[in-house]
Amino acid sequence: MKTYRKILVLGSGALKIGEAGEFDYSGSQCLKALQEEGIYVVVVNPNIATLQTDPPKNGRVYFQPLTADFVEPILAAERPDGVLLSFGGQTALNCGIALADRGAFRRYGIEVLGTPLSGIRATEDRAKFVKAMERAGVPTLPSRAVYSVEEALAAAEDLHYPVMVRVAYTLGGKGGGMARTPGELREVAQRGLRASPLGQILLERYVGEFKQLEYEVVRDRAGNALTVCNMENVLSMRVHTGDNIVVAPSQTLTDHEYQMLRQAALRAVEVCGIVGECNIQFCLDPNSDEYYAIEINARLSRSSALASKATGYPLAYVAAKLALGKTLPELKNRVTGVTSACFEPALDYVVVKLPRWDLDKFARANRKLGPSMKSVGEVMGIGASFPEAMLKAVRMGDPRAELVPPAECRPLSELLAELSEPEPTVLVRVLEAIRAGASLDELARVTYIDRWFLQSLAEVEETHRALQAGAGRELPVPTLRRAKELGLSDRAIARAARLDEEEVRTRRLAAGIRPHLRMIDTLAGEWPSPTNYLYMTYRADADDVAPTPAGSVLVLGAGPYRIGSSVEFDWSTMNLVSGLKSEGIPCVALLNSNPETVSTDYDRSDRLYFEEITLERVRDLHEFEKFRGVVTCVGSQLAQNLTPLLHACGIPVLGTAAESIDTAEDRARFSHLLERLAIPQPAWRAFTTIEAAAAFADEVGYPVLVRPSYVLSGAAMRVIHGRHDLARFLSEAAALSPEYPVVLTKFIEGASEVELDAISDGQGVLVAGILEHVERAGVHSGDAIFCLPPRHTPSGVQGQLVEAAGKLARSLAIRGPFNVQFLVKDGAFQIIELNLRASRSLPFLQKATGAPLLTEAARAMLGRPLTRTGIAPLPPGRWGVKVPQFSFLQLTGSDPLLGVEMQSTGEVACFGPTFADALVKALVATGVRLVPKGGTAFLSVGGPQFKEALEAPARELARIGFGLAATEDTAAFLSARGFRGVKVLHKVSEPDRHPNVLEEVDRGGIDLMLNIPSSLTQEKLERMLEDEYVLRRRAVELGIPLFTSLEGFTAYIEGLAWLDEHPVTVEPLYGTPEEGSAPATREPLRVPVPRAPRTRRRARRPPPR
Amino acid sequence: MASDRARPALGGTLFLEDGTRFDGAGFGAETSHVGEVVFTTGMVGYPESLTDPSYRGQILTFTYPLLGNYGVPSRKARDAFGLPAFVESDGIQVRGVVVRGLTEPHHWASETRLESWMTDEGVPGIAGIDTRRLTEHLRSFGVVRGILDVGPSEVRPSDEELRARLGRAPGYAEEALVPEVSVAKPTLYSVNGGPLVAVLDCGVKASILRALLVRGASVLRLPATHEVPDRFEGRRVRGLVVGNGPGDPSTLTATIAELRRPTTRSLPTLGICLGHQLLALSRGGSTYKLKFGHRGQNKTVCFDDGRAIIASENHGYAVEPRSLKGSGLRPWAVNPDDGTLEGLRDARGRLWALQGHPEGHPGPQEAGFVFDRFLERVRKEAP
Repeated sequence: MKTYRKILVLGSGALKIGEAGEFDYSGSQCLKALQEEGIYVVVVNPNIATLQTDPPKNGRVYFQPLTADFVEPILAAERPDGVLLSFGGQTALNCGIALADRGAFRRYGIEVLGTPLSGIRATEDRAKFVKAMERAGVPTLPSRAVYSVEEALAAAEDLHYPVMVRVAYTLGGKGGGMARTPGELREVAQRGLRASPLGQILLERYVGEFKQLEYEVVRDRAGNALTVCNMENVLSMRVHTGDNIVVAPSQTLTDHEYQMLRQAALRAVEVCGIVGECNIQFCLDPNSDEYYAIEINARLSRSSALASKATGYPLAYVAAKLALGKTLPELKNRVTGVTSACFEPALDYVVVKLPRWDLDKFARANRKLGPSMKSVGEVMGIGASFPEAMLKAVRMGDPRAELVPPAECRPLSELLAELSEPEPTVLVRVLEAIRAGASLDELARVTYIDRWFLQSLAEVEETHRALQAGAGRELPVPTLRRAKELGLSDRAIARAARLDEEEVRTRRLAAGIRPHLRMIDTLAGEWPSPTNYLYMTYRADADDVAPTPAGSVLVLGAGPYRIGSSVEFDWSTMNLVSGLKSEGIPCVALLNSNPETVSTDYDRSDRLYFEEITLERVRDLHEFEKFRGVVTCVGSQLAQNLTPLLHACGIPVLGTAAESIDTAEDRARFSHLLERLAIPQPAWRAFTTIEAAAAFADEVGYPVLVRPSYVLSGAAMRVIHGRHDLARFLSEAAALSPEYPVVLTKFIEGASEVELDAISDGQGVLVAGILEHVERAGVHSGDAIFCLPPRHTPSGVQGQLVEAAGKLARSLAIRGPFNVQFLVKDGAFQIIELNLRASRSLPFLQKATGAPLLTEAARAMLGRPLTRTGIAPLPPGRWGVKVPQFSFLQLTGSDPLLGVEMQSTGEVACFGPTFADALVKALVATGVRLVPKGGTAFLSVGGPQFKEALEAPARELARIGFGLAATEDTAAFLSARGFRGVKVLHKVSEPDRHPNVLEEVDRGGIDLMLNIPSSLTQEKLERMLEDEYVLRRRAVELGIPLFTSLEGFTAYIEGLAWLDEHPVTVEPLYGTPEEGSAPATREPLRVPVPRAPRTRRRARRPPPR
Repeated sequence: MASDRARPALGGTLFLEDGTRFDGAGFGAETSHVGEVVFTTGMVGYPESLTDPSYRGQILTFTYPLLGNYGVPSRKARDAFGLPAFVESDGIQVRGVVVRGLTEPHHWASETRLESWMTDEGVPGIAGIDTRRLTEHLRSFGVVRGILDVGPSEVRPSDEELRARLGRAPGYAEEALVPEVSVAKPTLYSVNGGPLVAVLDCGVKASILRALLVRGASVLRLPATHEVPDRFEGRRVRGLVVGNGPGDPSTLTATIAELRRPTTRSLPTLGICLGHQLLALSRGGSTYKLKFGHRGQNKTVCFDDGRAIIASENHGYAVEPRSLKGSGLRPWAVNPDDGTLEGLRDARGRLWALQGHPEGHPGPQEAGFVFDRFLERVRKEAP
């Protein structure tokens, strides 16, 4: 076998819909597999919040965009022996293909490890794929590749409606869709052609009612191949697998069907020459054995991460070893340690994956589930039956949720109509329909859900009915046992039977009804296994493991990725686990429910419970394990919310006391504390009536910020500009959270927002850093661009912020991480929020400063003093810029307008010797185009005071050679200020007047857009708001850089101006010395950054080959 | 534990020879059967497994927690060769079924539900017990005999009674299981122009016969103790297949003797499962009983050329590799987990034997290449 000295691994960049945390899992396992072999790794990934970009033991990390322009210089400088393209999702694969197309690998003699490029192309290019499948004897759906809407309409006549539109080389079915009529096809085809990098779309027969099945295949260079897992999509082909409810293994397939597809998978993989791992998707007629292969992903994927967690088989690790040239029989099964990795896992449990959608956070987003993915995360329930696993998954997705049929059912016809176009609420809607009297056959016909799954849902409905029927009488033990075995929580049982939750728990424990810990051992108990990978089930009568040794600590993970809580919390969780280990904790156990994480790799903690993060489950675990303490401060708000409840149950919580957390989260108590400490805060008050709130708003003056208590990522929070809006909004917000009053805060306009992250041991404070938002206050901190160190905050103010943080830490006896948010205006500050938990920014700060923040946090939580205090120093000359990643394109209809509600799905950070250098890279890394000189910027700002603010950036744009375009009023303003040649465009709502802005945008005449919405300027014209929305949406669809804040826009222009005069730097943030090479202290590379080409949006045929 | 589809009034008890007892819900036939308690880790293919004659005499535990999902396909349907199309023999072969959860079935090809089928065929089942604990028990202490009793839930038999009933029943190795599952008289399945291959039927699965037939061979199915004739109805026998079957291979002395007979021995030969063991015994090798066997569809078979495949397996006995010295047979494949011999061949390229099931049903069919190799040889030697 060839040996490799140095390998470059491409990551997947920021989390986005269709490409999320699963690639931190796959990349991290890959790095582990390489480093075991003594290979020097070079990681390229701008995703700051990942574990794979932590300092490697033997390697280097580049926070750079994953584009050929940025990666090629790294290849040239690093000269690795090989490159791995299959661990960073579609981003890495596309980047690799682009590098290969420009001959970069050949130029530097770099081997593409794993599946060869020919194999990747055979799976990515539809025509090649169809040919390969023909050779493999695997049928594919009749389809046509087309390059224009007209061709699409003609092809659809041949294929017969409905037809499915697919787009090559995109993520998560982006740009695709189903069309039933020529009218619908026109729309879908147009969108698809725009989204396709090839200007090509594929039309195929629509098979929404077919079963959707996936196989995860591994194959070595010798041709040994096996399927690690198969999975069945409960919502059939109609819904993208990323948005589907997925069960593993398949539940409705006979052996004949299972093997028919399995063998087709093996033949297909052989023909494509896969080396490593791939995912193959099939559709199967629910009424015969007719089947077709849909696609192959020649890389690790969301499904492979799920399969890995579902079976315990470390797919990414094995794939990396296979890419190095090892063969399957040479590898050991890491779970058992003694058996071979060349086997197919046998499960003795059922796994259900449920997506987590956050569509409520996106104004105007289409809620229908279909071929284009919309979810932002997922959870995986494990149980001994489908209902047990499914009900767990529902609670994992949202610990407040229960799958319960509503007390009052809507009319059946209404329910069936809704179910014919499912939404995220599909499961509860099915229960409701069953309760409303739908027959299962009818439901199967409408929902395309196999009757087998519906039967399980009917069982859940039936159990609820039985519990409700018995309400008021004593709950019989067999009924209770049956409900628990089915998977109902104590709370759900209590509600149905009208009992107190605690009463249910006491009663079941008295009857000996408790869940047991079971191993996920890859082979259904056939061999003894020392694994620590566990779940709980009520369908067992013994535990597979003995309790942990005394002094063990349980760390709560963050659950599903969602808007506001993402991979950064997994990073904190795992860094804290390492910190606790290094502080000598004998056994650090971990609880999490998210299959996309590194923390749910069983070899990352001493004991892993893949379970619900709920009070009930933590109590079950604690009763068995008797932990020394539970850590709730690294698992985002989800874990933090359990603190008072655990405390009340007498379960010790490590870190800051529950009492202090309550002080920080209770507005009144916190405000009182600030008064006592003489720390300034904005005027605020809590209200229970609209009238009182309105009186307060009148008193302090609009705008006001309205929000409920206990929020994460600004749910239901809004800036309100007038009395009418206040009244309307309050009726909605109050309904959301009846237990908590609504809080109104004076919203300070024009202030900048600054955050401080720190660790405290109750006395000393280690300040991790002070981060300044580029956008003014009003943009959620998760959506803002961050700059480190601060550019505009005076050092005197910075000192005051540190002092305030110190006062808070001491008065609240903070033990662990905390985050303070400030407003700064005119050299004065106010505090707006204190979070006594790890924040989103910790990975950025730890990576930028090199200070071991979470190790210090671990010490503090264990009651030990910090080893360092003060401000963690940033290396001189280093600027770091964190930029959010948005997924608006994926969410059809969503309004890409930034505000107090968080909407970004991920983030990147890049570093450089100047703010502009770091910013430009970070923007490119999130897919923002760098528009070329000579382009045209369209500026749209409502309200005279905002037009004033436009002057400076407009001048700078003109200086660097941009043309300006605007609608009449703005154009008149600019002309009045002496700008010449401002192109006047007519409004969207005046389509008869030309030139019209929408036409201009569509024909490619606008390269850059500033769109400051009128709502901020108190304009109330519906038509104007609609015009602005249409333009924002169109900018997103066409990939035109769009800014909805003046400060973000100004920063972008600053970046462009910098680029005109400077190349950008490309250098690793950190690394270890490389054996046999010159020391790492060399000059950073300086790379001129090519701008995006101007002409685009024209259907392109590939050149004839 | 509750058992989903089992009838609530029906109780089930599984009592093992070592005194371990499991009480659950009963389903299938209200009766009491003694058998060797074994487990399979296969996740699909219960109609095939239940009708596999190799399970004769055994009570089968499924480690996968759900059974019955897709009902039962037609048992009467025949393929073009007159073999059962969807099952492996004419009826359920296991003595009893042990499962954690029985589910409500749904599948377009289903004709009936599992529990009705079992009731029809007089086979008892127990559901709602902790099958993982049972599996761990069998894995740790080895397979044991047990009694599965299904009857009214309110009157469950005592340990003493069950122990006594167990004591009266013969041991697994003492039972003459093969005659119960072997064909009664020579039967010809003819494919036009296909070379004639004799199959010694010790309980051969329909899929093995079909694997030969679809590859163009004609099959002469012979009772286990029948002599392999030179000719049948005027056609020359060109090759020999020794298939799967139940029980201790070393007790099948008549079949072993037939395999030793020079004319039988001179044929190109393929052994599968029990056939693999019988061929080794006929050449002077020996077999032993595995602690808990290999039963599942995920077994690794590593060949001597470094290739590995996934195979479907169902065996409780194995060939002792050291006993092959001087037998003319050499190890061809092994299981990397416990070193069990998984395949044999001779030096002249005329004999192949696999411990696993190249015909799948249930399970993978990657080992199917062995049928091709064997028939290629048969055709080459035919004039």
